[in-house]
Amino acid sequence: MTPSEPAAAPPARWEHFEHRADMGVRGFGPTPARAFEQAALALAATIADLATIEPRDAVDIVRQAPSLDLLLVDWLNALIYEMAERRMIFGAFEVEIDGERLRGRALGEPVSRARHAPAVEPKGATFTELAVVEDRPGQWRAQCIVDV
Amino acid sequence: MDISRFEKLSDSAWRVAPFGDMRVPAIIYAGEALVTEMDDKVFDQIVNVAKLPGIARAAYAMPDAHWGYGFPIGGVAAFDPKEGGVVSAGGVGFDVSCGVRTHLTGLTRAQILSAQDDLADALFDHVPAGVGSQGEILLDDQEMTAMLSGGAAWAVERGWGRKADLTRIEEGGRALDADPAAVSDFARKRQRREMGTLGSGNHYLEVQEVAEVFDPLAAAGFGLKRGECVVTIHCGSRGLGHQIGAEFLREMAVAAPNHGIRLPDRELACAPINSELGQRYLGAMRAAINCALANREIIGHLTRQVFARFFRHAELPLMFDVSHNTCKAEMHEANGEARELYVHRKGATRAYGPGHASLPEPLRPFGQPVLIGGSMGTGSYVLAGMAESEARAFSSACHGAGRRMSRHAATRAWGGRQVVDELRARGIVVKSPSMRGVAEEAPGAYKDVRAVVDSAEAAGLARKVACLTPLVCVKG
Repeated sequence: MTPSEPAAAPPARWEHFEHRADMGVRGFGPTPARAFEQAALALAATIADLATIEPRDAVDIVRQAPSLDLLLVDWLNALIYEMAERRMIFGAFEVEIDGERLRGRALGEPVSRARHAPAVEPKGATFTELAVVEDRPGQWRAQCIVDV
Repeated sequence: MDISRFEKLSDSAWRVAPFGDMRVPAIIYAGEALVTEMDDKVFDQIVNVAKLPGIARAAYAMPDAHWGYGFPIGGVAAFDPKEGGVVSAGGVGFDVSCGVRTHLTGLTRAQILSAQDDLADALFDHVPAGVGSQGEILLDDQEMTAMLSGGAAWAVERGWGRKADLTRIEEGGRALDADPAAVSDFARKRQRREMGTLGSGNHYLEVQEVAEVFDPLAAAGFGLKRGECVVTIHCGSRGLGHQIGAEFLREMAVAAPNHGIRLPDRELACAPINSELGQRYLGAMRAAINCALANREIIGHLTRQVFARFFRHAELPLMFDVSHNTCKAEMHEANGEARELYVHRKGATRAYGPGHASLPEPLRPFGQPVLIGGSMGTGSYVLAGMAESEARAFSSACHGAGRRMSRHAATRAWGGRQVVDELRARGIVVKSPSMRGVAEEAPGAYKDVRAVVDSAEAAGLARKVACLTPLVCVKG
């Protein structure tokens, strides 16, 4: 629940933001790709404590969308799908964005009730509070509400 | 929310006259205190819904309305295909056909208490709950297709349920015109190990005592006796519904301009009912309804298996099963004539009044049971649909207490272990794989469910029949 790098003006960090019924995920970074990686960490942290997740197995993800904000929804929904289908939990992410195309890698391990004590199962990323914007030069913000 | 933004129709009905692009008024049914407590976003969202093409009569919000996605949760809107009406994936939501069912046990509180801990452990062991859990049932593609078109009737045919249950489920346990071919391979894969699983979040299985009866005739008709216990199950269409919701939300949002639809909020993603995309979504969404109905039927079967170990003669007949995230084609009056309308209920329950032809004969004199989930501590309610509800909101009512606090705020306010211990001291046994999940679902994080059902009754949506308080709660 706490930002991963709480130091002042970090280059990349994530946070949750309030929604009455569900959870907002937000990533900051110097590029959209870094912000997407951080948003993915925020998503994973809705499920479990990131410190408990071992990056043992990698899953590659490729998505394409006509805009950055749709690409964020697609990226987060791809992660939700892969975690559900593979019964995995991810705790580290790598993203490259080239125009409309995203190539990503999620690292994690099979979900363990005992070690991860997963709290919620995300259902999907929504368009609510959806934004991928450059707040100031070199500071990108990628966010949306996730239905849990 | 600022109550002065509404025209007061009564103590429990508030209207926003059409302005800007609104095609119809927006109406909220709730007492003044509940309306004041609602997020301003409810106002924005219900006004946006009133702007959608082909909307009939008004956009409605139920007493438990809160900030949702596009539609408020607790939102009801009906669309007329002959007037260019739309079907909205956002108006149904991710957990398609999420709903509640209640089984009667005929057992007294004392009987449940005699086995309370062991029963809780056995239910927790036998009914898969929580993230990463999976059922014993593995569906291949052929069986998946059969399930998606057969619903609860499919589950009964396979031995996971009883034929008599089907009359106590909306549409006889099976949504017609489901189109399994419209369900993606992703959605199928996501579901193949999830049949008969509870899920997580606010989903639960509870053993509850009928603590109070408000309407003795209806309670007797429903089989509810004060001091006896019931089992209530709250869950939906699991990964399949979530995947269908996500896929069609995106497709409808991108395609809206091609249909000449200007979305006031992208989350209201929709397509004309009479379009290829609209029809394909309806086919997939009905398949997801069948998935939810089958899932709850299987969980009911698993629950019966557990009860049989402790109480040999407990049959656990199904009292009723009702969904609260759906779009259904129904006949209603609009513009002075009976029309087929596509009624979206997002976090809202259908609530047919007494005499409605779709109700099974034993329930028909009393109106449709409306099952309202509360929280782990405050209990739940059984209501009955009222005749007036048809004119109020296309025969709809509320679905739950509604959160008053975010999940994040709840975990700051309570610890999961603390919640479990406090509830145990009050005689309620909670089982969950996640203590953080319990904290997020703490009773204090929810609004007062009594205020919600009192408002529903005062507004003429549904009347109170009985109050149920939990003895065992299995949380996902």
